[in-house]
Amino acid sequence: MSKQLTDVEDVLEGAVKKHGLSVVPLLQEIQEHFRYLPEEVLRMLSRKTGIPLIDIYHAATFYNSLSLTPRARHQISVCAGTTCHIRGGGKLIEEIFQLLGIRPGEITSDGEFMLETVNCLGCCAFAPAMVVDGKYYGNLNPGEVREILNALRKKAVS
Amino acid sequence: MPINLIGVEPLYKELNHNTTLSLVRFLLQGGVLMNTGIRSKLAKPVDLKNLREMLKDRLDPKKQRLVVCGDTGCSVCGSRELAPAIEEVLQERGLAGSVELKVTGCLGFCEKGPLVLVFPGAVFYQQVQAEDAAEIVEKTVLRGEIVDRLLYTDPADGRKITCAYDIPFYKLQTRTLLETGWYINPLDIDDYIARGGYAALAKVLDGMPPEAVIAEIKEADLRGRGGAGFPTGLKWEFCRAAAGNEKYILCNADEGDPGAFMDRSLLEGNPHAVLEGIIIAAYAVGAKEGIIYIRIEYPTAVLKIEQAVRQARELGLLGKNILGSGFDFEVIISKGAGAFVCGEETALIRAAEGKVGEPRQKPPFPANAGFRGMPTVINNVETFVNVPLIINRGAAAYHETGTESSGGTKIFCLVGKINNSGLVEVPFGTTLRQIIFGIGGGIKNGKRFKAVQTGGPSGGCLPEEMLDLKVDFKDLAQAGSIMGSGGMIVMDEDTCVVDLARYFLQFLKSESCGKCFSCRVGIQRMLEIYDRLTTGSASIEDLDLLEELAVTVKDTSMCGLGQTSANPVLSTLRYFRDEYLAHVRDKRCPAGVCRSLFRYSIDQDSCIGCGSCAEQCHAGAIVEMEEGCYSINPELCTRCGACVEACVSDAITKG
Ligand SMILES: Cc1cc2nc3c(=O)[nH]c(=O)nc-3n(C[C@H](O)[C@H](O)[C@H](O)COP(=O)(O)O)c2cc1C
Ligand code: FES
Repeated sequence: MSKQLTDVEDVLEGAVKKHGLSVVPLLQEIQEHFRYLPEEVLRMLSRKTGIPLIDIYHAATFYNSLSLTPRARHQISVCAGTTCHIRGGGKLIEEIFQLLGIRPGEITSDGEFMLETVNCLGCCAFAPAMVVDGKYYGNLNPGEVREILNALRKKAVS
Repeated sequence: MPINLIGVEPLYKELNHNTTLSLVRFLLQGGVLMNTGIRSKLAKPVDLKNLREMLKDRLDPKKQRLVVCGDTGCSVCGSRELAPAIEEVLQERGLAGSVELKVTGCLGFCEKGPLVLVFPGAVFYQQVQAEDAAEIVEKTVLRGEIVDRLLYTDPADGRKITCAYDIPFYKLQTRTLLETGWYINPLDIDDYIARGGYAALAKVLDGMPPEAVIAEIKEADLRGRGGAGFPTGLKWEFCRAAAGNEKYILCNADEGDPGAFMDRSLLEGNPHAVLEGIIIAAYAVGAKEGIIYIRIEYPTAVLKIEQAVRQARELGLLGKNILGSGFDFEVIISKGAGAFVCGEETALIRAAEGKVGEPRQKPPFPANAGFRGMPTVINNVETFVNVPLIINRGAAAYHETGTESSGGTKIFCLVGKINNSGLVEVPFGTTLRQIIFGIGGGIKNGKRFKAVQTGGPSGGCLPEEMLDLKVDFKDLAQAGSIMGSGGMIVMDEDTCVVDLARYFLQFLKSESCGKCFSCRVGIQRMLEIYDRLTTGSASIEDLDLLEELAVTVKDTSMCGLGQTSANPVLSTLRYFRDEYLAHVRDKRCPAGVCRSLFRYSIDQDSCIGCGSCAEQCHAGAIVEMEEGCYSINPELCTRCGACVEACVSDAITKG
């Protein structure tokens, strides 16, 4: 535990050195390290910098890419942009709910999958689109989503 | 050839993304990264000229070149595997030295990706996969033959078209800003310089007073491409005239419109053009520092603009005493954390300062009090790309394109239910019909055109009667829409405009910063009415209330987000009242989108009794009544549409 704490100290130290009191870059840096914003670390950040915790919380909840919940092993981002919406993106989200029982912002109880929506992945010509663990998929229908996720589930089991 | 990763390492370390290393490898395919060693700085304008002279064989029109689209879009459908495959074939055949392979930014015709162009001749191959690499090299590169099956077929007459420039999608465009992107590796500054890059900067620094630069931009009638269309020259003039020595340039690359990617494509395809525009702007207003605020959701664009800044600095095009002119300028890159409202200029300033990006009341305008409270010019990515063009061509020649009040061209992101999705550049004044039916090739699957949404969530929805409208800031506003940054989403008869307006409000609600009352509560109240509309519980009075609310929110909100949030509501109410009435009076969604307001049923005459619909139904709503005769229970049906996808005989109907 104490070793972990010094690690956190180091991360915070480095981040503050680099970004001063700019709260957003500080949070981006913390998230890069921990893959999310752990409450304890944010409290430490507040103590260290004197930035009120409420301001830190304000920023952390204002920006979509900052997350207060831990990430899952597999990160699913379904595009909720306009083109994807009119080309059936909602059906993909429905399919994922049927399959994994999670809605956007939620995580499966085994911590394997997390679903989130993003505003346009910039590949609208291939709408509806989603990204799973950094890999882009386009022109999807619910059946294909099932195949992609089932393949990941199988891998997890074996 | 081993790919040289020196100098790129910090890029992917910084991005800390599991796919970034492979992304960098992909982008560098076939090309060597140019700035791996320290290069000598260009001390005078003539040094730049000499460098261009040295690079001149890059322009050799006879040189054999294979161009692979490396944009995010094409990599989704396979260009990441394709480029390495081509490189391997070239090496096997011993052609790696003589045939050039270039991974570029977006080539435009995203619908047909992954795209490959073969030069000379601009032979256009579509939907190319890694397996096709050998054949392309074997036939087209070595023997000059055409691979017929990869050509584009004109749906109008079934004719195959070989040269990209003959394809209607490209032929009907005026590609001045996008054209260069076909010829350059965005990670290589030398490619840009060879094609005349930074010549405008040299011209400006070599004896053009800042006032003359501003006059030129004013004469060109360049209007901001980020949404509001404010005259750029005027904005620069205000900032130049503002008191104080510390001034800033802020490049708005936040591109929050969900369904548009013009700025991303420019940054990915031609980052140095953006940078050159920024440096010229800085010179004109007297700024020493610039900030590029770019959204984190665009990792490739971030990587490329960072690379561009690094290379420009190495050549002395950024930094102290640029080209010996005595002018100093530096650029930093600031990564957005994802919030639509941060695209609004006063919010952008705060976000770039590392704070929470909430807008504030104007005035003071950023030209007087912007970044760190100092005079700041904020322009959009595409606006900056126009700047070198104006300086090089001269305002008068530039203004030959466009309408009286808006000079030049505009890039649109043409997407939705359209045949030719992609990035489209046309002069101001082109009609919606020319864009949608000429360039866009009409509606997918032979359906009927219903509406087009311009300007993103803050824009309006225009019906068929408005197709002859000329796209221009003024005309679009009169029709109840806006130009916005250039999103153009085409809808067919299967799109419900009530659902669409609800979608935009939902988006705006979650993106509203909540600071002012009318936007925070007004959008929420409108959304509640839409919830009633889409579930069939709205009354006719709700429509009047909706209109009243929309007008109030428009008139009383503090920033552009609230002020424009009424556009989707008012424009759909204006042009599609019948569809609203169907939702209210008949409790019916004519397009079959609002789930509570339509049903699926099986047409027994077309049904072949295969049962694949029942297999796909999660809800267990499809039952076999008797041998080979299926029926859908509307109580259990969730309207997910899986049965429609599964049906092989189109027997499932909506009503
Ligand atoms: C809610 C909202 C979002 C905006 N988003 C963007 C954006 O993503 N990109 C952009 O360039 N301008 C955006 N704008 C417009 C900017 O406020 C500003 O007018 C523009 O960046 C100025 O540059 P220009 O004159 O070159 O267009 C937005 C405005 C509002 C009200
Ligand atoms: S709207 Fe989904 S990729 Fe653009």
